[in-house]
Amino acid sequence: MDGRTIHDADVVIVGGGPSGLAAAVALRRAGVERVEVLERETDAGGVPRHCAHTGYGMRDLHRVLTGPRYARHYATRAAKAGVVVRTNTMATGWTAGGDLEVTSPAGLRVVRASAVVLATGARERPRAARWVPGDRGQGVYTTGQLQQAVYLHHQAIGRRAVIVGAEHVSFSAIATLRHAGVHVAGLVTDLPRQQSYAAFHWGARLAFGPVLTGVRVVGVHGKPRVTHIVVERVADGRRRRIPCDTVVFTGDWIPDHELARVRGLDMDRSTLGPIVDTTGLTSVDGVYAAGNLCHPVETADVAALTGRHVGTALARQLRARSAQAAKAGVPIEVDGPLSWVSPQLIRSTADLPARGKLILRPHVFAWLPAVRVVQGDRLLWQGRLSRFIPTRPTLLPTTWLARVDPHGPAVRIEGV
Amino acid sequence: MTSPDDTAAGRQNRPAGEFDVAVVGAGVIGSALAREFALRGASVALLDARGDVGDVTSKANTAILHTGFDAKPGTLESRLVARGHHLLSRYAARAGIPVEETGALLVAWNDDELAALPGLAENAEANGYTRTRLLGAAELRRREPHLGPGALGAMEVPDEGIVCPWTTTLAFATEAVRHSAVLLLDTVVTGAEPLGERTALDTTRGRVVARLVVNAAGLGSDAVHRMFGHDTFTVTPRRGQLIVFDKLARPLVNHVLLPVPTRLGKGVLVAPTVYGNVLLGPTAEDLGDAGATQSTEEGLAMLREKGARILPALAGEEVTTVYAGLRAATEHGDYQISFHPEQGYVCAGGIRSTGLTSSLAVAEHVARVMEKAMGLPPSPAGPGDGEPPAMPYIGQTRPRPSADPARIAADPAYGEVVCFCERVSRGEIRDALKGDIPARSAEGLRRRTRAGMGRCQGFFCGAAVRHMLDDGAAGRTP
Repeated sequence: MDGRTIHDADVVIVGGGPSGLAAAVALRRAGVERVEVLERETDAGGVPRHCAHTGYGMRDLHRVLTGPRYARHYATRAAKAGVVVRTNTMATGWTAGGDLEVTSPAGLRVVRASAVVLATGARERPRAARWVPGDRGQGVYTTGQLQQAVYLHHQAIGRRAVIVGAEHVSFSAIATLRHAGVHVAGLVTDLPRQQSYAAFHWGARLAFGPVLTGVRVVGVHGKPRVTHIVVERVADGRRRRIPCDTVVFTGDWIPDHELARVRGLDMDRSTLGPIVDTTGLTSVDGVYAAGNLCHPVETADVAALTGRHVGTALARQLRARSAQAAKAGVPIEVDGPLSWVSPQLIRSTADLPARGKLILRPHVFAWLPAVRVVQGDRLLWQGRLSRFIPTRPTLLPTTWLARVDPHGPAVRIEGV
Repeated sequence: MTSPDDTAAGRQNRPAGEFDVAVVGAGVIGSALAREFALRGASVALLDARGDVGDVTSKANTAILHTGFDAKPGTLESRLVARGHHLLSRYAARAGIPVEETGALLVAWNDDELAALPGLAENAEANGYTRTRLLGAAELRRREPHLGPGALGAMEVPDEGIVCPWTTTLAFATEAVRHSAVLLLDTVVTGAEPLGERTALDTTRGRVVARLVVNAAGLGSDAVHRMFGHDTFTVTPRRGQLIVFDKLARPLVNHVLLPVPTRLGKGVLVAPTVYGNVLLGPTAEDLGDAGATQSTEEGLAMLREKGARILPALAGEEVTTVYAGLRAATEHGDYQISFHPEQGYVCAGGIRSTGLTSSLAVAEHVARVMEKAMGLPPSPAGPGDGEPPAMPYIGQTRPRPSADPARIAADPAYGEVVCFCERVSRGEIRDALKGDIPARSAEGLRRRTRAGMGRCQGFFCGAAVRHMLDDGAAGRTP
């Protein structure tokens, strides 16, 4: 058919980052024969490939590695498990029959598989998507581009940078900038506090510059190179300039969801990823999703753990040849201080989510927040969780899952 | 080893000399003029102050292929836009310039606007355009189901379309260069001195002597005009800010959605782009400063509000990029095209947003008038014919190289996607770095390939693309 070759696999996984590779390994270990990972980059491993700092692998591998070593670990593990990892290979779309269309230097292919796992990850919102006006000068980065420029391509960056955002990745950008010899003039966040570890905060303060909280960027100026940004204090509208030749827009993650959207999957309005059940199954038969496509974003080890979970569940479903029908289920909804929950659908009360917990994302700060889980007027669970920090996960146990009425209304998670 | 001046860029920038025609300004108009004169056998120098062709007004506009239905009847603009639409449509099809004949709908949102539509249809007929049609609210909704509430009706202009302004300018300039025109970039014209039958242009890169000087300097056309002693118009840069929405928004709109013009101006449009995005804009701000291409909080807020009314679902889609362009508006209601054969000088200035559409017609018009004065051979086949260059295709209605099995089989580099969002292959980037008019900057590369213009804005590919650009600049094969 029109110059494309057809290719069969049992499961094809789009994306060779931690979640995709972990899913592939889990599938092979559960006995699934032909497992293929399509990775559009030249090397598998995903975002950790260009995160030189340490701290990877705590929850999934129970040790601590740098990003590149962590990425190599998963690529090696996949190869050893008999996963076919095809690099420089990009899934570009779907055929009318729901098979994946693939481009690589070897040509165009259509991959037919019993199941597809989307593990396409997430990216940081760039400047325009955050509606920041001004000049289109050089020197504007996202952390992803910055890290690749510094660690993979050894490119010159600039002299004085401002970091927009104060979540984990923003502090990682400090390390990258320092490695590149760039002075960090400060971090700015429109939230009232930074959202990373306190040690990072004080370390950043002492070593680099201030963390300006409650401040939003209202302009990036200078041509052909950035000369300054203008920030506004949210509380009183006061504005000031910060001279810099480099601006790094960090965090504010959005799933790389093109394939999910084009396939017509039901999408979550808050995560902007596909709606998945506790096994990773989306609204379309045979199409699964895992990792930061579903929860933008968790650390790489958590993405790997959800990938492993989805791979294991999918292998079980393939063996049983049963539960692949994307039938209706009980939605899980959030309100109040919560922005989203992942996964957000219960199809079987016997299927626990990854790590037996739901991932919640709050948009306020709170200590020991009280949370209730209700279905209709039935209280399923109530208790206090450790804390709410915007951009960071709060985990909700699912001991109540067995008591969900599969024919009942939506389950609501209410922060009080 | 090749010496630096042997590179394509070096050849383009070799020192000035003597020519039949010097065209000042390598925007879409100047490039079309250079092409026209070069095809007629003249020796041509094409000068531009910037580092690339089409780097000012021609790069940042609404990219509409106009019919001229709304022009002022009887003007030169009216005639040249209509002719240019015909010429460019044919040329684009043959050169591989992305064009889509989407048609346009002028949407009426209140009774006044609805009442204005028949008058606009009459105006279109006075311009020789007879294919407008009035649509009722029901048919409008059927044609554009995502329109916001309150649309009362529309006038359809079926021949309005969208076109790629970058490929258009590049195609003209490429064809000119292939017919021996010399492209002089980074060359600012600072003065003009008559030398008998010829004129010497003083530039920042030396003297250029020509029998005929054609002023196509866009925002600077009034200044060049004054160098020849004419003070008949002033360019007031009019800024238009535009928002480009994610390609996932493309299914929300089927036509170019035009506002009904009122006394306050042309208003804001929503249009698909040939790349598969959705465009919202422009603002219209008269500025004193020709460098003021920044977007503003007020501009974006205004567009956001208007966009939410026209197409509410746009609010749920991501913005891919924002840009601001400057139009060469003058105090006159028409193009400022004037002929001064006694000076060996032609002015083609004050050409606003319709210039993309009219470009080939402007060139044809200028060349015809100057034919006798210059002793040029008439174009054997006429403009729009001949053999246009086959331009790299960056639109979305035909497969890009990375989706073309034959291209990949011939050269696997076309199957290696580097810019994922826009599906740009290593082969296309490599080609753009060594073409007839090679890309010399990230922006030039973007306009030739779209690398880095997608939704991630470089998160995934920015560093790799810069690596290839650096390799290209260093003479290494990227």
